[in-house]
Amino acid sequence: MNEIPILTLTTFLPLIGVFFLLFLKGEEEFVSRTSGYISLLTSGIVFLASILILNNFNYNNPDFQFVEQHDWIFNFVNYKVGIDGISLSFILLTTFITPICILATINSVKKRLREFLIALLLMETMMIGVFCSLDLFIFYLFFEAGLIPMFLIIGIWGGEKRVYSAFKFFLYTLFGSIFMLISIIYIYFDAGTLDVEKLLNIQINKDYQKYLWLGFFASFAVKTPMWPVHTWLPDAHVEAPTSGSVILAAILLKMAGYGFIRFSLGLFPDASVYFAPLVFALSIIAIIYTSLVALVQKDMKKLIAYSSVAHMGFVTIGIFVFNKQGIEGSIFQMISHGIISSALFLCVGVVYDRMHTREISEYGGVVNIMPKYAVMFMVFTLGSLGLPGTSGFVGEILVLIGSFKYNYWIAFFAATGVILSACYSLWLYRRVVFGKITNEKIRNLTDLNKNEYLILTPLLIMTIILGFYPALILDLISSSVDKVSSNMTDYIKLAGAVK
Amino acid sequence: MAYTIIFAPLIGFLIAGLFGRKIGDLCSQIITSSLIFLSAIISCYYLYQFIIGSDVLNFVIFNWISSGQLNLNWSIYIDTLTAVMLVVVTSVSFLVHVYSIGYMSHDPDKPRFMSYLSLFTFAMLMLITSDNFLQLFFGWEGVGLASYLLIGFWFKKPSANAAAIKAFVVNRVGDFGLAIGIFLIYKYTGSLNFSEVFQAVPSLLDKKINFIGTDGNLITYICVFLFIGAMGKSAQLFLHTWLPDAMEGPTPVSALIHAATMVTAGVFLVVRCSPIFEFSPFSQSLIVTIGASTAFFAATIGLVQNDIKKVIAYSTCSQLGYMFFAAGIGAYHIAIFHLFTHAFFKALLFLCAGSVIHSLHEEQDIRKMGGIYKKIPYTYAFMVIGTLAITGFPFLSGFYSKDAILEAAYFSTNSMGMYATSIGVFTALLTSIYSWRLIYKTFHGNYKNESYELDKIHESPPVILIPLFVLTIGAIFAGFVFKDIFIGTDHQNFWKSAIFFKEQFELKHPPLWFLLFTPISGVIIIFATYYFYVRNEKILENLKQTHKPLYNFLLNKWYFDELYDFLFTKPAKAIGSFFWSKGDVKIIDGFGPNGFAKIIKILSDRAVLFQSGYLYHYAFVILIGLTILLTYLII
Repeated sequence: MNEIPILTLTTFLPLIGVFFLLFLKGEEEFVSRTSGYISLLTSGIVFLASILILNNFNYNNPDFQFVEQHDWIFNFVNYKVGIDGISLSFILLTTFITPICILATINSVKKRLREFLIALLLMETMMIGVFCSLDLFIFYLFFEAGLIPMFLIIGIWGGEKRVYSAFKFFLYTLFGSIFMLISIIYIYFDAGTLDVEKLLNIQINKDYQKYLWLGFFASFAVKTPMWPVHTWLPDAHVEAPTSGSVILAAILLKMAGYGFIRFSLGLFPDASVYFAPLVFALSIIAIIYTSLVALVQKDMKKLIAYSSVAHMGFVTIGIFVFNKQGIEGSIFQMISHGIISSALFLCVGVVYDRMHTREISEYGGVVNIMPKYAVMFMVFTLGSLGLPGTSGFVGEILVLIGSFKYNYWIAFFAATGVILSACYSLWLYRRVVFGKITNEKIRNLTDLNKNEYLILTPLLIMTIILGFYPALILDLISSSVDKVSSNMTDYIKLAGAVK
Repeated sequence: MAYTIIFAPLIGFLIAGLFGRKIGDLCSQIITSSLIFLSAIISCYYLYQFIIGSDVLNFVIFNWISSGQLNLNWSIYIDTLTAVMLVVVTSVSFLVHVYSIGYMSHDPDKPRFMSYLSLFTFAMLMLITSDNFLQLFFGWEGVGLASYLLIGFWFKKPSANAAAIKAFVVNRVGDFGLAIGIFLIYKYTGSLNFSEVFQAVPSLLDKKINFIGTDGNLITYICVFLFIGAMGKSAQLFLHTWLPDAMEGPTPVSALIHAATMVTAGVFLVVRCSPIFEFSPFSQSLIVTIGASTAFFAATIGLVQNDIKKVIAYSTCSQLGYMFFAAGIGAYHIAIFHLFTHAFFKALLFLCAGSVIHSLHEEQDIRKMGGIYKKIPYTYAFMVIGTLAITGFPFLSGFYSKDAILEAAYFSTNSMGMYATSIGVFTALLTSIYSWRLIYKTFHGNYKNESYELDKIHESPPVILIPLFVLTIGAIFAGFVFKDIFIGTDHQNFWKSAIFFKEQFELKHPPLWFLLFTPISGVIIIFATYYFYVRNEKILENLKQTHKPLYNFLLNKWYFDELYDFLFTKPAKAIGSFFWSKGDVKIIDGFGPNGFAKIIKILSDRAVLFQSGYLYHYAFVILIGLTILLTYLII
């Protein structure tokens, strides 16, 4: 396996698909149909490639594997990629969600399908790139370049206020990223390298760590999103087309969580310990505040978007308690949220395609007409509120156990989010699905079609399998997380001894 | 074999749930019922094994969560306590499955109903066969889910939907407490497996911690939080509000979930954790207080309710209170014995009520009943037996278990023992009153419903009556047959390690007057209530008029719903709206992105003015600039 640069191949495979799509000519319908097949095929191959990587992955090795390195810009930027268990789990999430997204797009996007698919495939490359780059500059490139296709997806295929939302999304994230860029440049001048593997082994000057940490934090906090820089997310979700929302919720948000674990904890342990209380405060506010806000939303997508912010609050808490359960819980929560929130957005998409409204009050009694849809939606709602037996539970409980070990106040407040999530999720479900039919349009709905089945079923299966057998992910990340958390605990002990 | 007990209901759930429409109503009813029957048979076999002295069985199905030290399995753990619960759950569940075939015969969604019932049974079995706290939590929330689905089964009824959500959310509040208890256990013992935790407890007795701002004993904190979880699930005072509303669900559900099995999970938890609770006198007193208070409080409300199911629901709440205070005074085995007998007679009462409702065409208001005992004689007979059992009529099952509780309370050394005894005796009288009131108002007196003719009323079909008959057998004999095994002198041989007693528990004999007081007054009440509710209703009518505030206070359930609405529901929504409109839209967006945009707009509007296009404007600016530059250079 060492001869074939499989990581690079996997990363850039989608671009080959893009290449073909660009040169498609002919009648509009032919182009749409063919481009659909091409992109499905491409993303399918990418998924298989990632499975191949998983097959050859050594679970017990906590270091980076499949490392490839090439000089790029003289002495300054190296192209270096490699993965550990943490990156691989996110890569798998990406390659798993993208084909589903493409299917959903083919199903519901009618205008400029080819261009949409190009944007999606470009996104896939960027996202895989983010998770496997081992050079800060490359990481930054992928991290930022991912913005552009997303910006276009919202701005071109979005709803009524799409331009406002697209700009808000773009400016917010760009604003955060500038600080990260400055920090990266500083690291280069200070350490003389941007190679992540090397950087992880050297201590960055303690006096500057705090500033650098804040620089990275600005970018990651916006992307996570953490309170109070979360307001772009509901707008972006509401205006984005369904598959845009899915990519956004499932993967784009996870880049930040990944960044926290890999860079904030890895490069700036000093500052991470120093700023941990800030992260906890913001996360707890996020959980309670956004859960309450979600309770009063009138738009289905906005409600789910706000619940995303609350769920990501668990993630940031888990990362910064530094112990194994916390970090594993965070990663698991991200994977699980990637699956469940995608599914929820797709569920909204299903009825939106039929009714062209997301107002909750327009719905009611959907179960009478769409019983199969109701079952799907129910399972995902339960996953979202963290019912044991779904993947949502495992992540939440690990984060809570981890944070309780660290400081019980955090767990105490965070756990109130569990009560609130039951309130808003079940209430949403009740208003949309249960009850008598009040809106006559509902009577004309049709239940899930074959494509929609094909889209939702894999997500349903994963939600339940990961709920009962979370070892699929936990085994994969265990040794890498061990390394991160034992680094941090050693570090905290050391710092304690110095005091 | 043990696997079959657990997985038969799961298979039933999957078959009826996934293929119910394809295989048809009858087929899914038969499949689910017979699978539960299989579980029930095996459960009885296991109980028999334990009676003749089997050892604890522990099977690991597969690993669930392993993260660092935390290592949890999906497991099946059977000891005496589990075996008793298995019999209760599977047998009542089986009878309810069969009963449902008749009861739901007019419903279009039979497979869905059967699959939910099986799902519930599966979750409940996972709960009781767990060997660790987290699988227990899985079952705990799983039964909550099934309860949610079944309460909201008639999803077209807004009240049913509201009740379903309320049940889930109030339970989540309790679960929050349970979760905190579990976290505490994990933090200080490093494990969540029962055996390891229970072993670690004695070494933690003197551990003091600071939790939520107060100092206290670790064990006490753990017990209090676990008990909060139990209070939620078992509808104890303050977290009871969901149970009466849960009666919106179909009646078989009320019998299975909200009377015989799920609501007793809290009692099960306390008994299961007896090795922890035994070391915390404070929380034992708390349990006694809450249990006794609930018993009394719910009984007072039960006195005036007019919905046949709500009366029984409050009665359940009250009986659960009895079980808790039994557990609180350390008589865990008696608590389980009462749980055991209660499951039979309470399921019987509910199913009889269901049969009445069925015969009266969905009428639940007892003010619109009366005088129908001749029309539905079997149901009447069964229900009277159920009532005799619950009121502790001599030699029926309730007599043994309830008297044992009162006797244990009488000799209790617990600081709240006296409180519990007096409340317990008094509540026993209230129990008789509301139970007989229900019988008389439902079956005796004059028929009062004008919208449904008396002649149309007919007895329920055999498929409904047979389960009633079986339960009646249970209600009569369960106490007499099992009392020596469960609470007799060598009960320790039966329970073995399943229940932990810090000190040897001995049942002493109280004075004769105490023994005779409740049965005799119970018999007197039968006649007294007949007089007041059938012969001479005027007296009570007048009493109602003269004590209007008290009556309304009881009728409105002590105004708990209104209070919670005022304290929690409304503020949550108000705060949510406030955060959204003021926090997100006004402050964050206003000063953040939109504010920036506005400032830049203003600045650029200004800048536009400079680019006027007139040459002399530019020349003037250049001139001024030059002047300033020169001045700067010169100085």
